[in-house]
Amino acid sequence: MASILRFRKLCFLEPAKCSSHDEKTKTGENKLYEKTDKIVANNTVPLEQNPKKKKQNRPPKEWRCIDSCCWMIGYLCTTWWLLLFLYHCLPANLPGLQIPEPPGARLRRDGVTALHPVVLVPGIVTGGLELWEGRPCSEGLFRRRLWGGGFAEIFKSSRDHEDNHKKSILLPNEFHNIDGCDYPRTTSSKSSPMCWLEHLSLDNETGLDPPGIRVRAVPGLVAADYFAPGYFVWAILIENLARIGYEGKNMYMAAYDWRLSFQNTEIRDQSLSRLKSKIELMYVTNGYKKVVVVPHSMGVIYFLHFMKWVEAPPPIGGGGGPGWCAKHIKSIMNIGPAFLGVPKAVGNILSAETKDVAFIRAMAPGLLDSEILGLQTLEHVMHVSRTWDSIISLLPKGGESIWGNLDWSPEEDHVCNSSKYHQNLDTKSNQTDGRRDTFQVHEPTKYGRIVSFGKVASELHSSKLTSLGSQKHESLHTATHTVPRAIASCGKPWTEYDEMNRESILQLISEKKAYTGNTLLDLVRSIAPKMMKRAEAHFSHGIADNLDDPKYNHYKYWSNPLETKLPDAPEMEIHCLYGVGIPTERSYVYKLSPPGRCRSIPIQIDSSADGSQTGCLKGGVYFVDGDESVPVLSAGFMCAKGWRGKTRFNPSGISTYVREYKHKSPANLLEGRGLESGAHVDIMGNVALIEDVLRVAAGASGAELGGDTIYSDIMKMSEKINIRL
Amino acid sequence: MSLLRRRKVSESKTTQVPDPDEKKPETHKPEKQSKWSCVDSCCWFIGCICVVWWLLLFSYNMMPSSFPQYVTEKITGPMPDPPGVKLKKEGLKAKHPVVFVPGIVTGGLELWEGHQCADGLFRKRLWGGTFGEVYKRSYYSYLYIVASAFPGVEPLCWVDHMSLDNETGLDPSGVRVRPVTGLVAADYFAPGYFVWAVLIANLARIGYEEKTMYMAAYDWRLSFQNTEVRDQTLSRIKSNIELMVATNGGNKAVIIPHSMGVLYFLHFMKWVEAPAPMGGGGGPDWCAKHIKAVMNIGGPFLGVPKAVSGLFSAEARDIAVARAIAPGVLDQDLFRIQTLQHIMKMTRTWDSTMSMIPKGGETIWGDLDWSPEEDYVPNKRKQTTNDTEDESSESITKINHYGRMISFGKDVADADSSKIQRIEFRDAVKGNNIANNTCRDVWTEYHDMGISGVKAVTEYKAYTAGDILDLLQYVAPKMMERGSAHFSYGIADNLDDPKYSHYKYWSNPLETKLPNAPDMEIFSMYGIGIPTERAYVYKQVPSAECYIPFQIDTSAHEDNKNRCLKDGVFTVEGDETVPVLSAGFMSAKAWRGKTRFNPSGIKNYIRECDHAPPSNVLLEGRGTQSGAHVDIMGNFALIEDIMRVAAGAKGEELGGDRVYSDIFKWSEKIELPL
Repeated sequence: MASILRFRKLCFLEPAKCSSHDEKTKTGENKLYEKTDKIVANNTVPLEQNPKKKKQNRPPKEWRCIDSCCWMIGYLCTTWWLLLFLYHCLPANLPGLQIPEPPGARLRRDGVTALHPVVLVPGIVTGGLELWEGRPCSEGLFRRRLWGGGFAEIFKSSRDHEDNHKKSILLPNEFHNIDGCDYPRTTSSKSSPMCWLEHLSLDNETGLDPPGIRVRAVPGLVAADYFAPGYFVWAILIENLARIGYEGKNMYMAAYDWRLSFQNTEIRDQSLSRLKSKIELMYVTNGYKKVVVVPHSMGVIYFLHFMKWVEAPPPIGGGGGPGWCAKHIKSIMNIGPAFLGVPKAVGNILSAETKDVAFIRAMAPGLLDSEILGLQTLEHVMHVSRTWDSIISLLPKGGESIWGNLDWSPEEDHVCNSSKYHQNLDTKSNQTDGRRDTFQVHEPTKYGRIVSFGKVASELHSSKLTSLGSQKHESLHTATHTVPRAIASCGKPWTEYDEMNRESILQLISEKKAYTGNTLLDLVRSIAPKMMKRAEAHFSHGIADNLDDPKYNHYKYWSNPLETKLPDAPEMEIHCLYGVGIPTERSYVYKLSPPGRCRSIPIQIDSSADGSQTGCLKGGVYFVDGDESVPVLSAGFMCAKGWRGKTRFNPSGISTYVREYKHKSPANLLEGRGLESGAHVDIMGNVALIEDVLRVAAGASGAELGGDTIYSDIMKMSEKINIRL
Repeated sequence: MSLLRRRKVSESKTTQVPDPDEKKPETHKPEKQSKWSCVDSCCWFIGCICVVWWLLLFSYNMMPSSFPQYVTEKITGPMPDPPGVKLKKEGLKAKHPVVFVPGIVTGGLELWEGHQCADGLFRKRLWGGTFGEVYKRSYYSYLYIVASAFPGVEPLCWVDHMSLDNETGLDPSGVRVRPVTGLVAADYFAPGYFVWAVLIANLARIGYEEKTMYMAAYDWRLSFQNTEVRDQTLSRIKSNIELMVATNGGNKAVIIPHSMGVLYFLHFMKWVEAPAPMGGGGGPDWCAKHIKAVMNIGGPFLGVPKAVSGLFSAEARDIAVARAIAPGVLDQDLFRIQTLQHIMKMTRTWDSTMSMIPKGGETIWGDLDWSPEEDYVPNKRKQTTNDTEDESSESITKINHYGRMISFGKDVADADSSKIQRIEFRDAVKGNNIANNTCRDVWTEYHDMGISGVKAVTEYKAYTAGDILDLLQYVAPKMMERGSAHFSYGIADNLDDPKYSHYKYWSNPLETKLPNAPDMEIFSMYGIGIPTERAYVYKQVPSAECYIPFQIDTSAHEDNKNRCLKDGVFTVEGDETVPVLSAGFMSAKAWRGKTRFNPSGIKNYIRECDHAPPSNVLLEGRGTQSGAHVDIMGNFALIEDIMRVAAGAKGEELGGDRVYSDIFKWSEKIELPL
């Protein structure tokens, strides 16, 4: 980007030299390069001294500045085209640039061919959404994607780059590296980005469409093959499946509107019925071969919900009868499963920010909070994302018995920077011995406190926490203006924060300094009572004492693996496939944000909190092992313990397998996002994972794949978790 | 990419070098003058063009999106509301689920597996949509050829992938091309060239969306039964209709097939009720339970004459016209691409084209002396008001022998049948294989015919619809052998004959009964007012070595108001592709009331759309009152009809029949036991 700017600047310097001659072209240029105006202004001042002299001296056939400008552009264009042409003429398999053979091609040579139909279930954020009916400001966007795919249409209509760009970093609680993509940069704004946000929001009360707006999931494989141009999600897996013979008739993308709560996708769009009918059809038309389901991320719990729904009796269920899953499903290959929720969702709900935002804030304080553009990005994001019920489904489930309490957590002895740590251990053993001792001396990280206010609160022993409240009260709110938040001038409230006043938030914080998996829900409830009321009709986050209690027939329990039984399908297999080796957000240190502005979010991640004893605290966030979005605990626990063998959650003894993939960053640029990546989305391009999926689709069982592959401490962690099985 | 960008940076750095003269312009001036060389002026020129281009692009993008509409309204007055908006105001709401069945050619196809040359085209459209990838691809391959002087590397790649196996009519080995699914399959055929998009947009206005609309996309190259055998497309349509009916509160589906989709859906209705091994096993009342109405748009029920010329010489009128305007272009052997031959080779592997060969033989299409449309006068409807003198002489003396679907020489087309001496061709011995090796790469079966075979064909002089079948059988035996296993073109004497339960009869309305669904309604909606191909004048091409030995005789032309011979093609009333007879006869007569083809008395309605060309092509696009075969999908009257039916209206509520043409008169003349 900097280089382009420099080029623009260069282009502009030359006409500036003789600006007096070419007023016309200059105005034209001005429009083109509005961005560079400032730079130019700086340069023109000293140059304007000698234009007249030059004019007199100039011979008629002189190399005028407009000419040189044109020459320059022409020159650049030509070389650009030439290079482009050469690039395209480049034989695909240039020696040295040899791209490794895709797993699909290799397996095909080994005789692996399509056998079982495959159902792909995309996760949150990655599925495309398109507009079917909208407000006047969205004219011309009919059946265009509002989300995913190219995003091209949105950029065309709402040009404000800055805003969109940020949004695409922030909104997705799994996506952040998206900002690595190059978006078209245009500065004009034709229609307001608010229009776009308005259409993506759902109704505050019902969690369904607002009146007059219909935004629907894009159907078909295109729904989630690419999230943005060049940013694959399912595309590589699809391509490899196609190589062993898959095509439209035996591959189905179960696209659904990921903003809705799961049961609402059935109520509004009949997505679950559709999925059921599609699976039945594929089962029949492919010679009565059972289906292999490949859900990703939130799709995993969506499919859990589906399995309960399909066997439940008709009024709320699909009426498939108790044998439906056993009859139709061969195995479920959960990729990056968020079974027990993700802490990221907490950060998102409380302050619409995750690690990435917190980093930006740390590096350039004031940038996000400033009102340069008259935008309150985070506030807008929060306003929109709070209308999405599905985010609530990702809140950590199982409370303290899974995620740990004030003093204990299953991952507490996790060592961050483990790679460096081990290296050091190998090479400079004598030095690191000392350091290692210090590691061990210190108390383990208190991951159990998913949200704590102030760094101190995140480290102190629980017995000292209560006293801390009154002491720290003053220092927390540096400028104590106790203004009621919903000031008249602020207009209509956006988020529920606007309806609270700062006092009550302060009180909330001072009452309790640290929140665990149990109390966290109370915190969210008190901060956003309406949202939680709406969403908790659809989701539950507890652990069942007695699974036979008839209340568990309600659909709100279906997506929580700790409150449902797996279907009675002893031949089915469940695989948990996820990446490890990337620091993943686990708990947060919060602080009050500076007060004053309308509608601002009162709390934010304290990015100054850094460096705990174990090195797991960075920018206000404690990290554990995981795939960048989902901690190992959430992804692996069910397969490693909760469902292992015959348990009360798995009464028919469905066999489960844990397949972990160690993250390796791409060796060079040519590999793109890496063939051995373990990151939450990039793992879909992981060669080993693709091979596993392909083999199972071609008929292999979990045991034939080699059973478990484990790199992390998931077994040890699961051991520590005490729940009745 | 990053590599390229880096290069660019270095360039901008190098151009910085002359920058010092910014400070001391005087001293460096002589040097600068000398730099103005040829390359520089080239660059300058390109730069100028780029800048102008960008400026235009920029101002275009800055233009408010409502600007064109504003201009249109200034010029032509306010536009009528699109039917969706109008009907929404009336309070119409989505009720019945809607199923679209696209026709031939308009559905998109994408690549799932291909040869080396198609690398990188995975899941890109080979057909329809934008063609963008294909163009891009062939553009680069063209450059590649020019640059490296490699002859014939890739241009045939596309043809290879689009062709089917000429023995089985299924995929050639190593190639899998599959239909695109979803509404995107056929909403636009090419950028800006809508097919279903306008209809979809209007339906959406009254509340339709993905869950209540379904595009029954199928691979239109295959024979209908093969779409089930290979892709299970029919099962899929069945399951989807069942699902939509179930999830929409039991409201039956409204089916909207277009063009060949009409035949495909006829086939489907028979298939779905047939018992399981060959059929869908839905039981005899499936259609009654699931279908409210079938709204056929431009349906070639009885086939289209265009298909004959397509199969016989790979040319339709458009190509014939091109040949007349620029003789030699198409025949030239530029780049060793024998365009027509390759097209023929490709299309002849598509079984579906054979579903559109005229059906019903001489009974329907007329014989040497007679045809139902023989008294058709092209400009009649426009003439009736003012022209009186013209009725006198010529028009009575010469009638159009439409029954002679192919005639060799214009004189044959006009002569009285007693004067034509026909020599039987059916048993004529084909000559030796005259093709030398150069023709080998193109497979058209013509080089198996030999000179005597070609001669025998020309000497039969005139072919009626019945003869055409024998002609094709003779000219392309392998293709017809494949096709006749899937399609039949006759008229049934006794519909209860058990042989008619075979699937090859299912797409021929004259050899099947409609399902037993008395509440169902059938609409035949088609455009009229455009001259449509009906019969051809052919000639033999002298040196038939590597070429197709027959061509439409573009010199056959008659400048007479009442005659419809132009460029070797006799035209008749229709929608540019389907003659009125084919589109309307079934609804006008054969299915009207209780007949043997329609035992349960399903109600039939004809809704014609008179063609009115757009008053201003640039602004109105393809018109809102068009009657052309594909453009009719944007016809407001037609869209309104569909929407009303989809919202629950019955045929009578629409106003029953709306007929402008002579279809009832012509149907009268056809003697078909009902």
